[in-house]
Amino acid sequence: MTNLADRIPPKGKKVALREIYGLTLVELGKDNGDVVALDADLSGSTKSSKFARAFPDRFYNAGVAEQNMIGMAAGLAACGKIPFASTFAVFATGRAFEQIRNSVACPRLNVKIVASHAGVDVGEDGASHQAIEDVALMRVLPNMCVLVPADAIEIGQMVYAAAAWDGPVYIRMGRSPVPTIFDDGYTFVIGRAKIVRRPQEGLADVTLIAAGSMVVHCLEAAKRLREEGLEAMVINCSSVKPLDKETIIMAARESGAVVTAEEHSVIGGLGSAVAEVLSESYPVPMAFIGVKDRFGQSGKPAELMEHYALSAEEIVRAAVQVAAVRRTS
Amino acid sequence: MAGKETLKDLEKVARSLRRDIIEMLTAAQSGHPGGSLSATDILAVLYFHEMRIDPLNPDWADRDRFVLSKGHAAPALYAALAHRGYFAKKELITLRKLGSNLQGHPDMERVPGVDMSTGSLGHGLSVAVGMALAGKTDGKTYRVYALLGDGEINEGMIWEGAMAAAHYKLDNLVAIVDSNGLQIDGPTATVMNTAPLSDKWSAFGWQVELADGHDFESLTQALNGLRQNRGRPGVIIARTVKGKGVSFMENKAEWHGVAPNRELADRALAELADPKGDLSYD
Repeated sequence: MTNLADRIPPKGKKVALREIYGLTLVELGKDNGDVVALDADLSGSTKSSKFARAFPDRFYNAGVAEQNMIGMAAGLAACGKIPFASTFAVFATGRAFEQIRNSVACPRLNVKIVASHAGVDVGEDGASHQAIEDVALMRVLPNMCVLVPADAIEIGQMVYAAAAWDGPVYIRMGRSPVPTIFDDGYTFVIGRAKIVRRPQEGLADVTLIAAGSMVVHCLEAAKRLREEGLEAMVINCSSVKPLDKETIIMAARESGAVVTAEEHSVIGGLGSAVAEVLSESYPVPMAFIGVKDRFGQSGKPAELMEHYALSAEEIVRAAVQVAAVRRTS
Repeated sequence: MAGKETLKDLEKVARSLRRDIIEMLTAAQSGHPGGSLSATDILAVLYFHEMRIDPLNPDWADRDRFVLSKGHAAPALYAALAHRGYFAKKELITLRKLGSNLQGHPDMERVPGVDMSTGSLGHGLSVAVGMALAGKTDGKTYRVYALLGDGEINEGMIWEGAMAAAHYKLDNLVAIVDSNGLQIDGPTATVMNTAPLSDKWSAFGWQVELADGHDFESLTQALNGLRQNRGRPGVIIARTVKGKGVSFMENKAEWHGVAPNRELADRALAELADPKGDLSYD
């Protein structure tokens, strides 16, 4: 990991998470000889090509055959390897869904699926390539761990955490560079959510719970909310499954209202996971920022984020609404 | 049971496995007799003659691997594993019952000796490719065997796996097609014709051996032939009879996925009785 420190840009500067994924995988490969990698003809885009160059004997290209890639990964895992299988999120989780279900998740094989190009941020390639349902597809599978990194620091730690986790893991990354949010002291732990902005005790009016690219928008929204006289707690919920129920319930108790934000369909993803917990344990008014049950389209990534209402502005609007009716007892 | 049975002994083993398959399916009142009985002799050869395995050490890192890609033949696999000493034969009768280790399709987490969970058709060859790749990468000498159904190979994923196995020159991989000519909806030739099968596998870069899937000499010859094979994977197209060994089930697609009632089971068991009353493998 130390070799990586100088590759992670300082706070506020941007880097594509797949870039850091590729670099980290090489470091991990040096530390652990059981780590192998697979790709389905997209290694240049997912950056597993870095591992392929460093360890040509431990990299297997499946060609444009995602189902076979997942099957091969299962076989490698059954023989003690720790396979990292990468391709675009649409093809990893959609094309090979049933292979992941029956040959990875059900037998709890130690396969790590790390997908890039998730969300509408894919841009010009359009709907066919923009995964807005991958978190839902993976979250519904028993035994599957689902992780969504927010920045370079987090993806680096996540790759190591995934390797150390005994069982299947799904990690989804976007395509575009995203700003570094956290500093060196940040620690990612599977199953733990991180409070990244905490108002003084008793003062929170709303909690913003986000994952991936939307965390930075929630931090921006929290600043603007303060200008409007509202204090927002912000939680980076990068471990969508297992979910940190305690932190989510604590935040709902403290603030009385919740907005979730994700670059994913509002159906079945992080928002649904949070709602499942709160509706059972501590119901509060909620709003869901995400893609509203429709497919993406071509456009520039920033335009698409705006078009699909994945912005700080929309988070502010939603937060003001739920805060107005927040639970107070 | 030593695991290097003579070809004559294999006949007794297979008859014994078939009797257990009938008993298991009858107790469960569900399951797949046709494809279990067509695969029985192949499993007998693999588990009692061909494979380097140790039932007392099922997770032995250097063992040969077996993937039952046509997972619905689970009763045949369970019978072979129990007779080989992986678990008690009395457990066989729990097939498909709530809480049983012997699920309707093989579960590697529940059954010692099951190297891969299967059941959804088409997955097994790719998994076997991964296992063979791991062996090559680690410089190990173990071999990997995958048993496919001739209906199963309708699945596109089989041909993805076939392409990859040849690409990676996996001469430590053997696929066996249990070619009984029938799938659920009828003859493979009319449901989805896969002929010419040998030419397809050859074109994908595999060494092809033809065998009589109920003739132990023919099967061992084919397996031995593939042991000499270098630089490419091998496939045995084993001509078999669906429901083999039970006259009223033979070549009947309708016996794909239904269990016999007690009366028919007794008729089947009578046909499968050892002619000399030798129960040494029961």
